[in-house]
Amino acid sequence: MPEEVKKKRITDIGPHDFHDYLPPVIKKNYGKWAYHEILDTGSMVHVAENGDKIYTVRMGSPRLVSGSFVRDLCDMADKYCGGYLRFTTRNNVEFLLDDENNIEPLKKDLEKLGYNVGGIGNVVANIVHTQGWVHCHTSASDASGVVKAVMDELYEYFVEDKLPSKVRIAFACCLNMCGSVASSDIAIMGMHRKVPKIDSEKILNLCEIPSTIAACPTNSIRPDTIDGKQTVKINDETCVFCGSCYTVCPAMPIADSLNDGISIWVGGKVSNARTKPTFSKLVIPFIPNDPPRWPKVVEAVKTIITAYKNGAEPGERVVEWIERIGWTRFFKITGFEFTKYHVDDFRLAETTMNYSSQVRF
Amino acid sequence: MGKKHETPLLDELKKGKWVSFVREIERAAEKSERTEDLLGQVENSYRDKITHWKHGGMAGVRGYGAGLVGRFTEFPEKYPGVKECHSMRVNQTSGFFYNSDILRKIADIAEQHAGGLLNLHGSTGDIQILGVWQAEAEEAFQKCAELGFDLGGGGSDLRTPSCCVGPARCEFANYDTLQICYDMTQAFQDEMHRPSFNYKFKLKFSGCSNDCVAAASRSDMAFIGTWKDKIKINQDEVKNYVKKFNVQKYVLDKCPTKCMLFEGENLVIDDSNCVKCMHCINEMPKALRSGDEKGLSILLGAKAPLVTGPRLGMMLVPFYDVLEDSKNDYEWLKGLISNMWEFWDEYGVSRERIGELMQRVGVVTFLEGIGLEPIPEMVNHPRGNPFIKFTDDED
Ligand code: SF4
Ligand code: SF4
Ligand code: SF4
Ligand code: SF4
Repeated sequence: MPEEVKKKRITDIGPHDFHDYLPPVIKKNYGKWAYHEILDTGSMVHVAENGDKIYTVRMGSPRLVSGSFVRDLCDMADKYCGGYLRFTTRNNVEFLLDDENNIEPLKKDLEKLGYNVGGIGNVVANIVHTQGWVHCHTSASDASGVVKAVMDELYEYFVEDKLPSKVRIAFACCLNMCGSVASSDIAIMGMHRKVPKIDSEKILNLCEIPSTIAACPTNSIRPDTIDGKQTVKINDETCVFCGSCYTVCPAMPIADSLNDGISIWVGGKVSNARTKPTFSKLVIPFIPNDPPRWPKVVEAVKTIITAYKNGAEPGERVVEWIERIGWTRFFKITGFEFTKYHVDDFRLAETTMNYSSQVRF
Repeated sequence: MGKKHETPLLDELKKGKWVSFVREIERAAEKSERTEDLLGQVENSYRDKITHWKHGGMAGVRGYGAGLVGRFTEFPEKYPGVKECHSMRVNQTSGFFYNSDILRKIADIAEQHAGGLLNLHGSTGDIQILGVWQAEAEEAFQKCAELGFDLGGGGSDLRTPSCCVGPARCEFANYDTLQICYDMTQAFQDEMHRPSFNYKFKLKFSGCSNDCVAAASRSDMAFIGTWKDKIKINQDEVKNYVKKFNVQKYVLDKCPTKCMLFEGENLVIDDSNCVKCMHCINEMPKALRSGDEKGLSILLGAKAPLVTGPRLGMMLVPFYDVLEDSKNDYEWLKGLISNMWEFWDEYGVSRERIGELMQRVGVVTFLEGIGLEPIPEMVNHPRGNPFIKFTDDED
């Protein structure tokens, strides 16, 4: 139990009011921005209706950062932009400058400290990711390590604008899918492939059996008794290794060092521009975990990026490119194998078939 | 000081150009000794290809059922520093705006009372301070609170709302995403700190349909900025763009409803057929701007795969005049949200997100339950099968 604190305890105050951290030029032009221009992959300018300008310098971040990293950022913000900075939804850091002349010196200083300036425009943006082996109990793979290996390989696409459009990559280490992973141009997802093991000794102590049964999307869990003690059994034929039962019941561990790994999905999209938002679709059902640098995963992502770069028209997102050329050709170009796992057999499966005579030869 | 644990596998991830999380963990360990054991534990996972965090175990602060996520190692003897390695979710500011002063103070708390490591930010949006021990949780929490930062959500509750940068630095914003995010977070403190829902519930706010916070692909209620009237056209700037690139091919031809055309040199838009997709505005920000009658659309039910498969947000309310309602302390919106929570509480089951409930009971039943009428904006097309369950009230 936490110790009693003598001082008056503060609770239910909510977040700090953001107004306190807005730079003066933003306060002045709040809601009055006219347009923006991208200066290069590391910087952009927003121009207000009255002509005021704010410059943004963006740098990548591994998301998992030390206090020393935070102090580095603070020192830079103090030196170049009155101490003001923000983060983006994709875990980038953005310095907010009112003096254009500070852009290049700030970038140089950041690079000197070993940080990556970029991520704006038609680039591979920072990879949104989850906790993995660093901090989560259900992960089928590490997150930070895979992301680091992929970003090392795609570094040129973070710092140079040379893709047809932006490419959003995201990583989730299990189907809980913290973050908006499933609607990314390329989604990398941890997969379990074995039925959870049931610890019948502990299950009654640790789990509530009805809610464990209810947690299963495929009705694969049934009550059971072993030596007169209540437990559950799993139908191996129907279990899809989603790990939902483990999330509610710690006595049903699903992680398996030999059988866990990674799947790759493409063609998701969050924005409504031109086409509607959509989920990513399966490309590679399984790649075994291969730490520390997951070379096959890195190679697969590189293959997709290269094919997209060579094939897409300017402005086309990955999904628009694939829909133009068709999935058959996508598999042909990339060399990935189309398997029985690529045909959907879950809830909306029927809606995914081709009800027409239209094919490309 | 020598290294406590050898980490040959993790050392491989210090190579390469992208900023290394391993280096960050090492830097954190220099300030907070317990984090050396985190390096050992993660190296162990890299060797064994499996997580070594235990499932279960409680952590928390008094009076709150959320905000501290319990985490315990499987090997407390080998890695005593991470015997407990909880993460404290600290509610971020709207739009993730900070200054150096406050961030240094938060870094101090992370170093003095935790593992010196942070997630900036967690997937939902919170600042996460990693490596908290239960014994210090209260002090770390109160130190954050003294800085004006409360804890975020977790478990079966209202998760920490988040928003895009909006009017603070984006000309595309159709409403004040930061303000409503702040106001809703303040309005629902109890629902955030004391989990009492069937499962999690997320609110996210994007200022336009570019949806930079991915609201409509992950939050139960997504608020997407839009406008009702005409796109404002600056014909001179259109002409400038025409000089720079093929506007016909890359803007007009790509409009999903083909509602733009050139009459001579002038751009004309049939706004009655525009679906506010943002494409043309994204491509020609100097020439085109959204209209004056701004507000937002509400999409319902987006979620990740567990339990019954992923869902995208479904159009629920095409236009909500947020500015007007905010003058009444969001009376209409709060009414809608509480209707939904009541329906969910009554008819939902444990671990059922609201989108799954809607799917299970049927959209029409759900709409009746929350007091909304079915409208054509909600569907891609009307029913295509004849299995209609006529009801007696239909004469
Ligand atoms: S995606 Fe799954 S394994 Fe990864 S951090 Fe989230 S819950 Fe944990
Ligand atoms: S892993 Fe998923 S499908 Fe398999 S038994 Fe558990 S909940 Fe059911
Ligand atoms: S969602 Fe729209 S308004 Fe918000 S930051 Fe993105 S482009 Fe700007
Ligand atoms: S916003 Fe989209 S639908 Fe509307 S005119 Fe522009 S491109 Fe067309």
